[in-house]
Amino acid sequence: MSKRIDVKDLNVYYSKFLAVEDVNIEIEAKSVTAFIGPSGCGKSTFLRTLNRMHEVIPGGRVEGEVLLDGDNLYESGVDPVTVRSQIGMVFQRPNPFPTMSIKDNVLAGVKLNGKKISRSDADSLVEKSLRGANLWNEVKDRLDKPGSGLSGGQQQRLCIARTIAVKPQVILMDEPCSALDPISTLAIEDLINELKSEFTVVIVTHNMQQAARVSDKTAFFNIAGTGKPGKLIEYAETATIFSNPAVKATEDYVSGRFG
Amino acid sequence: MTTNALRRNGSKGQAGDKIFSGAALGAGILILATLLAVAIFLFIQALPTFTADPTLVSGGEGFLAYIFPIVIGTVIAAAIALLIATPVGIAVALFISHYAPRRLAAGLGYVIDLLAAIPSVIYGAWGYLVLAPALVPSFQWLAENLGFIPVFAGPASQTGKTILTAGIVLAVMVLPIITSLSREIFLQTPKLHEEAALALGATRWEMITMSVLPFARPGIISAVMLGLGRALGETMAVALVLSTGGLIPSLIKSGNQTIAAEIALNFPEAFGLRLAELIAAGLVLFVITLVVNLIARAIIARHKEFSGAN
Ligand SMILES: Nc1ncnc2c1ncn2[C@@H]1O[C@H](COP(=O)(O)OP(=O)(O)OP(=O)(O)O)[C@@H](O)[C@H]1O
Ligand SMILES: [Mg+2]
Repeated sequence: MSKRIDVKDLNVYYSKFLAVEDVNIEIEAKSVTAFIGPSGCGKSTFLRTLNRMHEVIPGGRVEGEVLLDGDNLYESGVDPVTVRSQIGMVFQRPNPFPTMSIKDNVLAGVKLNGKKISRSDADSLVEKSLRGANLWNEVKDRLDKPGSGLSGGQQQRLCIARTIAVKPQVILMDEPCSALDPISTLAIEDLINELKSEFTVVIVTHNMQQAARVSDKTAFFNIAGTGKPGKLIEYAETATIFSNPAVKATEDYVSGRFG
Repeated sequence: MTTNALRRNGSKGQAGDKIFSGAALGAGILILATLLAVAIFLFIQALPTFTADPTLVSGGEGFLAYIFPIVIGTVIAAAIALLIATPVGIAVALFISHYAPRRLAAGLGYVIDLLAAIPSVIYGAWGYLVLAPALVPSFQWLAENLGFIPVFAGPASQTGKTILTAGIVLAVMVLPIITSLSREIFLQTPKLHEEAALALGATRWEMITMSVLPFARPGIISAVMLGLGRALGETMAVALVLSTGGLIPSLIKSGNQTIAAEIALNFPEAFGLRLAELIAAGLVLFVITLVVNLIARAIIARHKEFSGAN
């Protein structure tokens, strides 16, 4: 389980506005890739095109190809629903379903599309997913309580548990720690390190140390000015990006001499 | 005496705060006082009915025997209306909020809002002139094929002026209320939760059942309650459409009566005890509405823990 992603000549538009231009990137299976760059440079926009979540936004559309182990997500006849069940997403703000219990939250994706699951399978999947998200010990006594009653960090790990429960190939995370305290952030970072053994992980972050700590490769995006499209400036091993970047703009950004 | 620097000192902002909270409190008290005044008025005016000699009350068997059939008639008409209008209203609202292309959605929403502004006498006239005759063949079919079920027992009305017709007219009248309120609430579903469902691989319908409907549940209940309020209290439309009579189980024969229509039809000529009777009927309608709303509140409150408000 876990597949690679290859992006070829991708342009992303919001209606007529070109938000991200001409991205080419290869993301290895079972690796953690970090996207960094200044606000508004299109990291979230680009990330969402990797599982067609950009289509949810009115006017959002792409040109180009995104290949999941060679299969183009944008070929006609491909159902975004299938794409998203293979490429999961964790959002910036924790968003457990407020009307569901912790357990039902974990199972929410599993029960989709008419799939049935036996009670014992469900119980073991809940435990496995919550353990996988390092949340089991904290919630095992209140699985039937609402997910919205957890702390922010716990809610975010619940969202991760919910995502890994459907056994996706790839997990996309858009600033998953930006609403969390340092301790919860560390918990999630540890978790990302563990997830790598099973999933391909792509994470957007504003936190350089975080990118340095969790990722194998780092992609730096930048924007020439407001109204201009965001571009992928440099993509390399994380160590290279932070110690010896090829492009001046990358160096300025990672060393904090930017904007 | 020590002075605490953190203590309030009358600044402008605080005055605004006070005025507003005073106004809000005043408005709240005013509503309660009005409600209470209405209740007291109804009760005092209705009092002679309860103390009167039962043989003098309409029907000659006391107030309970008089009011019971029309309470049931009211409930039947309102129930038919809600049974039809709730699913249709929710479906239309969902179509507007989550399926229709944006331009069509705006147009449709506008039309629905307009429907709510049509006076009830127009609905009544439409029910009387158009709907009732048009329903006669269906009623006959029901009587012939499903007549063994008491609610469809024949012979069917030849004019179509039955409680079922009245219920359908009421459904059309409450439909815009349920639809526009539900649509408003569906549109307010947090994007966050919709995206949570979609990112798990939910289809649009699954997203609606996972995110939109649970979020909108209390709102839908309130919308239905408002619709019910209109259905229970509607006079003109029912008075025009229904050919009244005693309480009967069949929905496709002439018969039955609702409280609101009973009051409207008889009020102009009523005096003395008859007037008190009609006011007592109004009091009963008032109580029914109150009880229904309390039940709705209880239903909403029961799920507080999972409402996402915490
Ligand atoms: N829903 C939208 N409709 C139109 N334009 C949008 C929309 N969302 C984002 N944009 C535009 O697309 C560009 C990229 O935005 P995006 O949110 O992807 O940036 P980002 O790199 O994720 O920024 P941040 O670090 O602040 O999250 C910006 O110019 C933004 O204004
Ligand atoms: Mg972003």
